[in-house]
Amino acid sequence: MKPAPFDYVAAQSVDHALTLLAGEVEAKLIAGGQSLMPLLNMRLGRTDLLIDIGHLEELNHIRIDEEGRLVIGASVTQADVQNHPDVLAGWPMLAAGIGEIGHPQIRNRGTICGSLAHNDPAAELPAIAMALDAVAEIHSVNGTRTVPVEDLFIGPFMTALAEDELLKQVVFPPQQEGAGWSFKEFATRPGDFATVGVAAQIALLGENVSDVKIVVFGVAGSALRLDATEASILGRPAERAIDIAVSELEMEIKPAEDIHSSHLFRKELAVELLKESIAEALERCL
Amino acid sequence: MSDEAELNWIGQSVPRVEDERLLRGEGRFVDDLDLPGVAEIAFVRSPHAHAKITALDFTAALELPGVLKIYGGADVVQRIKPLVNSEELRVPPGIADLDPVVKIQPAPILAVDEVNYVGQPIAMVVAESRYLAEDAIELIDLDFEVLPAILDPEEALEPDSPLALLSEEDNIGVHVKHGTGDADAAAAAAFAVVEETFCTQRYVCAPIETRAMAARQDPFSDALMIWSTTQTPHRVRDHVAESLGLPVDEVRVQAVDVGGGFGQKGILVVEELLIPFAAFDLGQPVRWVADRHENLTADAHAREQIHRITLAANEDGRIVAVKDRIIVNLGCRNMVGLVVPYNAMCHLVGPYQIPNIDLEATGVLTNTTFTSPYRGAGRPEATFAMERAIDRLARRLDLEPAELRRRNLIQPEQMPYRTGLLDRRGIPQEFDSGDYPEMLDRAVEMVQLSDFRVRQEEARQSGSLIGIGFAMYLEMTGLGPFEGASVQVMPSGRVRLSTGAPSQGQGHKTVFAQILADALGVNFDQIDVVAGDTSSIPYGVGTIASRATVTAGNAIHQAGVLLQKRVFEHASELLEASPSDLEMNTGEISVKGTPKVKLSLAELIRSIPKLVGGSGSDGLSETSYFQPPNYATASGVHAAVVSVCPDTGRVEILDYVVVHEAGKIVNPTIADAQIVGGIGQGIGGALTEHMQFDELGQPVTSSFADYLMPVSSMVPDIRLDEVICPSPTNQLGVKGLGEGGAVGPPAALANAVEDALGSDAPVIRSGPLTPSRVRDLIRES
Amino acid sequence: MKNRLGRTLNTPLSPPYSESSAHHEIQLHVNDEVVTARVESRLLLTDFLRHRIGLTGTHVGCEQGTCGACTILLDGKAIRSCLMLAVQANGRTIRTVEGLAVSDEKLSSIQKAFHEQHGMQCGFCTPGFLMSLSGLAEQGGPKNDAELDDHLCGNICRCTGYVNIRRAARQAMDLDAVESDE
Repeated sequence: MKPAPFDYVAAQSVDHALTLLAGEVEAKLIAGGQSLMPLLNMRLGRTDLLIDIGHLEELNHIRIDEEGRLVIGASVTQADVQNHPDVLAGWPMLAAGIGEIGHPQIRNRGTICGSLAHNDPAAELPAIAMALDAVAEIHSVNGTRTVPVEDLFIGPFMTALAEDELLKQVVFPPQQEGAGWSFKEFATRPGDFATVGVAAQIALLGENVSDVKIVVFGVAGSALRLDATEASILGRPAERAIDIAVSELEMEIKPAEDIHSSHLFRKELAVELLKESIAEALERCL
Repeated sequence: MSDEAELNWIGQSVPRVEDERLLRGEGRFVDDLDLPGVAEIAFVRSPHAHAKITALDFTAALELPGVLKIYGGADVVQRIKPLVNSEELRVPPGIADLDPVVKIQPAPILAVDEVNYVGQPIAMVVAESRYLAEDAIELIDLDFEVLPAILDPEEALEPDSPLALLSEEDNIGVHVKHGTGDADAAAAAAFAVVEETFCTQRYVCAPIETRAMAARQDPFSDALMIWSTTQTPHRVRDHVAESLGLPVDEVRVQAVDVGGGFGQKGILVVEELLIPFAAFDLGQPVRWVADRHENLTADAHAREQIHRITLAANEDGRIVAVKDRIIVNLGCRNMVGLVVPYNAMCHLVGPYQIPNIDLEATGVLTNTTFTSPYRGAGRPEATFAMERAIDRLARRLDLEPAELRRRNLIQPEQMPYRTGLLDRRGIPQEFDSGDYPEMLDRAVEMVQLSDFRVRQEEARQSGSLIGIGFAMYLEMTGLGPFEGASVQVMPSGRVRLSTGAPSQGQGHKTVFAQILADALGVNFDQIDVVAGDTSSIPYGVGTIASRATVTAGNAIHQAGVLLQKRVFEHASELLEASPSDLEMNTGEISVKGTPKVKLSLAELIRSIPKLVGGSGSDGLSETSYFQPPNYATASGVHAAVVSVCPDTGRVEILDYVVVHEAGKIVNPTIADAQIVGGIGQGIGGALTEHMQFDELGQPVTSSFADYLMPVSSMVPDIRLDEVICPSPTNQLGVKGLGEGGAVGPPAALANAVEDALGSDAPVIRSGPLTPSRVRDLIRES
Repeated sequence: MKNRLGRTLNTPLSPPYSESSAHHEIQLHVNDEVVTARVESRLLLTDFLRHRIGLTGTHVGCEQGTCGACTILLDGKAIRSCLMLAVQANGRTIRTVEGLAVSDEKLSSIQKAFHEQHGMQCGFCTPGFLMSLSGLAEQGGPKNDAELDDHLCGNICRCTGYVNIRRAARQAMDLDAVESDE
């Protein structure tokens, strides 16, 4: 189980990486490599050129910008984000969700942006980024564009990133004051990819739900924003949110079956986790 | 004699001598050996479950720089004899009287025409590195005509089933029928009859170190040096010599540090004949290390069995008959004959007295990976069927399952107990010793069964599900035919002990030294153990089937006693005393009653060449072989307490209790750890492990991301207790216990989960009890 | 420093001459020694450590990051060396199991705990566990059993059933007094 041959360049800068990406040679980016390296080792993936951006200091930032947004660069590891005081204070769902990714030994190398660019349908980070309304800042030699992560994920292991584009950083807007959050997942063993997971964010105005975002993963080809379920509880009394959401959810998702879980089981889990996460998010509402 | 020795190493938890070098990263596993100029090997393997090879062309691959040689089936068919695991396929005379079917399908070294499972070796690439060898594989031109594949063992028995091997007349690899009394008549007259089907899914042993082998010709002696992960080095030696046509003395096999075996490394596979062949043919060192994909798909699988079992009992719960029709999925070839099917049969009845027994096992060929024994080798499968059936019977009779078991146990005063069946050697099956009621009583006490039933009812009222499950089993250990030990006083005065039973983690260097220290009268740390080097002892069997402590252990004891006698004969000249007046403790010989005059083994060995008029043989060495006269039958009872989450189906083990009996224990810490390690594997199989194929025969759980090995959080702290009934079958009174821990968990946990789900729940007929499957069960109830 | 094979770390074996992927000069610290080497692009860090500089204590069990046998410390953090290229280690600091013991005479407290609690059988996965726990210790140790379990679940052991590994880990991490007798 050894990778097929490729060339390797440790990019000197983001611009250098972008130039290489735009070149003739078929190339892939690597930062932490926790998703890419298994594929290369098993020869399920291959490339002519591997462009390493994992060491670039200009991508190694976790900072709060002037608008109070959390900006995470492409070489920042999951472990660094998980334990960062600003993240814990302002984006606790992100920190909690990262704690469910693989194992500490994986999170010490794996990056936030790498996980988003890989878009495993059972991965935590795409779902969390969607629930937190994150925006991807994408660079290429032709310029820069920003894409809400919701539009980044287009299918299993597929994103809207073009072959010459680099996901330079991901930006998390400040979270609404008083909103409650919850991240729940079910995995067969600790560290496994989730069978199903739910990321939820809810705000209340008086007794009613004034804002809601619910993303479920493991039930479709990509993390799934539950538009209909959200709409069904928006403006409704919090005490009825769970019941309403559950009946809506059962219509909204059609999970597939795999060797580990029946589609029925996935659906049941989604319902169960939705109940738990709405309850927890409501509890956390101020 | 050892009986008089003051020291008593046996019975002490001596810390392991193996640990320090392993902890420092200085272990030497096959892939750790520094072999300058070693070429690496990779195999081209069948991508189809059943197909004919229609094209095989190495031209492009051979042009790749760094590729040294590629062998196809046609290149080796005349040069290496096909593989037959002959010791395992042997049918002993008594069994032969049962008129069994044991078809032998020699495994082709490399497929020539037909491939019969995904992963079968088709070509062997030798290159400067594994990277380059894998590059070359991609350049090999291969084509196939796909044939119908048969995967399901029951469908394979249908008359119109496709054949798994075109050369066979049907898909039956082995068949045997055996029993005593008249089970049908007894069942017809019985008060209650339970008929059920219980299945054990396919597992993989999956030691963390995969199978590996390195070989080179020794530049001085021309002998073929083989470094191997094998559990049975002498068998590897004999097979390699036979297959390559070499004198057996010119093949030396060394089992170096080995990273777990559990049965997978106990049988030979064709790759292990090809590696030495390549070293010999190319005149250069070569090495093959299976990667994890090869380990999970192309190395031996295990366990897949179907039991159609009938239990019949009287109103008082006395079981009067058991009947079982067993189907074993052998995979693509009959690699080990009756070993697993017959082992399942003669362990099925377990610790119970049942007068009427009717058993039949059929081993079926399918287009799946071949199977081998895996820790327990038929026992976990049989125990799953029997112990599940007992729980079903208990429900029928409205009895506490533990109580039903208690009413049927063989009593200690009935020992030695004969079942009326023949054991694996074809000799009347006899359990030498044990106290099954005591074991069960202690387990019931440890889990506080009656209190538990109260708590269970309270939990049920509040909507939570907890349950308890028991499983009892026997393990006939110490399989023959023999094991040997050579002991020798070295020039330094240290003692070297050599045996054919290597360690894959069991701590033989520690345990064997403890046994010899007592027998010989030397210090434990004066002994160096060499286990698994064929040049250090001419014959050996290996470390399989819970046998090493019994067979090697008693051989070591015998050799130690003989060597002490020889030491005294020689020392008597120097100490001017009769041998019978001498004693040896901590390696120093003295005359009884005058402890101040001492002679060390180092002084003795130095003086030996100068002694005049020795007693004929002047060396200080002895070799002894022990042939066990009968099995030493160990036993155990497992009790598991679980909670089942009604919403997610997750099973959590709240308590796990084991009471076991394995004769005299040499090293309690190591023995306990063997049991706990087995339980870890059993829990994996009970809850998550399942080797699966798709409908085309493609293995789909082919990595550790999908073949779900147990992790730390799945195995709770285990509460252990033991009963000791020294085996009368051997001088040390020991029994084997390597496999026992793995036998109980699938049955105990399934019983516990079914108990937790309550009386409306459907029957749990198979594992693993993954959350998805448990939810299926809850939904059905 | 010489490893037990008698080869010094900074004279690595050369790659197979036929290797076609591009080569790179790298320099890194391994177990407090500076190592310079020429490596091909695709060479995995595991293979570099094991077969180029003879540090075979780091083992390979799955090559996809699931088993943890290849765990090492990279700049003080536990990582999978099978999911990293040798060339990516350029300029980094690595510690392997060979660099854990205090001295030739004295084991580290984590190693000692595995011996004392019989937290190992075949010893093949053991270096991975030791390195995972070393990484945890370097980050200040676990706050509680849950955090320790989180780390232990990142390594697979097939022999022990984990019970004694947990005992060893708790002893080494000073979590609470290990039961003196079971």
